[in-house]
Amino acid sequence: MKKIIALVLIMMFCVSGLAFADAKPELHMGTNANFPPYEYHEYIDDVDTIVGIDAEIAAAVAEYLGYELVIDDMEFGAIITAVQTGKIDFGMAGMTVTEERLESVNFSTTYATGIQAIIVPEGSEITSADDLTAEGKNYIIGVQEATTGDLYCTWDIEDEGLGTVDRYKNGADAVQALLTGKVDCVVIDNEPAKAFVAANEGLVILETAYAVEDYAIAIAKDNTELLDKVNEALAALTEDGTIPAIIEKYIPAEEAAE
Amino acid sequence: MTEWFDSIKAQFILNFIEKNRWRYLWTGLFTTLRITFFAVVIGIALGTIIAIVRSTADRNLSDMHPGPGRSILKFVDGFCRLYLTVIRGTPVVIQLMIFYYVIFASSRNSELIAIISFGLNSAAYVAEVVRGGIMSVDIGQTEAGRSLGFNYVQTMWLIVVPQALKNVLPALANEFIVLLKETSVAGYVAIKDLTKGGDIIRGATYSPFMPLIAVALIYLILVVFFSWLVGKLERRLRNSDH
Repeated sequence: MKKIIALVLIMMFCVSGLAFADAKPELHMGTNANFPPYEYHEYIDDVDTIVGIDAEIAAAVAEYLGYELVIDDMEFGAIITAVQTGKIDFGMAGMTVTEERLESVNFSTTYATGIQAIIVPEGSEITSADDLTAEGKNYIIGVQEATTGDLYCTWDIEDEGLGTVDRYKNGADAVQALLTGKVDCVVIDNEPAKAFVAANEGLVILETAYAVEDYAIAIAKDNTELLDKVNEALAALTEDGTIPAIIEKYIPAEEAAE
Repeated sequence: MTEWFDSIKAQFILNFIEKNRWRYLWTGLFTTLRITFFAVVIGIALGTIIAIVRSTADRNLSDMHPGPGRSILKFVDGFCRLYLTVIRGTPVVIQLMIFYYVIFASSRNSELIAIISFGLNSAAYVAEVVRGGIMSVDIGQTEAGRSLGFNYVQTMWLIVVPQALKNVLPALANEFIVLLKETSVAGYVAIKDLTKGGDIIRGATYSPFMPLIAVALIYLILVVFFSWLVGKLERRLRNSDH
């Protein structure tokens, strides 16, 4: 009996070995796929797939470099940890470069620009970004934990004692909290903000943005080889129009011009 | 070696000293302790009541004559069983989110919601512990109480429950320790507890090592401290047996 099991196991190893023999090496990307249109889940041909601007640019970069792209969906706050410990090769989740983040990881060149927008319920007394930092108002601001919206609001508002920042595990939770009145507004990236406002009645995006920022790919400090390759790929793919086309596909130009 | 030490020092300064980041851990610690303490109080109070109902039903339902008393007990017991099944059959973080987003959707006091949620969760586990304690008190104690003229409730409350609670006190203290660690999911609903304190620092500095180790150490110190207290309590209780 044992011999048969051993034989079966050996055969399985051989078969799996064959299956992977001519496959490309894998490149693991970490993201938080709850962030439309940069990354989100969608069923394509009955298969749960992560799609979006980041996912497509990553796929283009991986193909350019000759890798097979594998996307790991994780909590936003866990992505950098995973990059540092080598569980994934790079993190790509609409991440913005900040001084402090640069102490822990390297960032590629910018591939897209993001806007931190403010979502409020219709008829809210908050009408501009300045209202959030007004003295004595003490608004409760919902954010997605560890995003730049969280960091900016923490620095500008919470650390200054002008209000409270409530940090949720993902943007959808923060918007849910806004809908039930637990927070006064949500500060989040403009594109997911549009998707959330479209999906939920009674919410509007303020005309003034909270901040404008550049998105980049996070790669481990000691992996400068990959960093150089990714930068090279990004440059080439921007040059040949692949990246602008992907962004245009998800954020049509006339909409971006608004 | 000195290079390694310097990088540790730089990491420490970045994660805890700069911008007074240690305060996230400090205030988070007290949030964690507050939630745990009040949740345990709710848990023990409600859990004991459920345990009394459940053990009363287990022991007496089959001997009782049909009548309104039997029907009421049967109904209350059924409700308690349902409660235990639902609470013990679903993850605490899901319960917390249901309380936060659905049941108390209009409340802004998230800490109170967490206390109620963890308290109701803990009650289910405490109920089973206390029920075991009540069942372990010799039936002769109940019989003696009844033959001395106490009614059932008096016998239960004055004779059986005190002995039962004494027997299960170490297990209840253990529930406190378990709950202390379980509250680490409170961050899901934007509560700034100890774990969240570490997460906030990680989000700002992107360095996982220091905040995670610091949070783990603080939990460990708390648990070791409370375990030591429980051990002391157990020894005291054993002494009073003689």
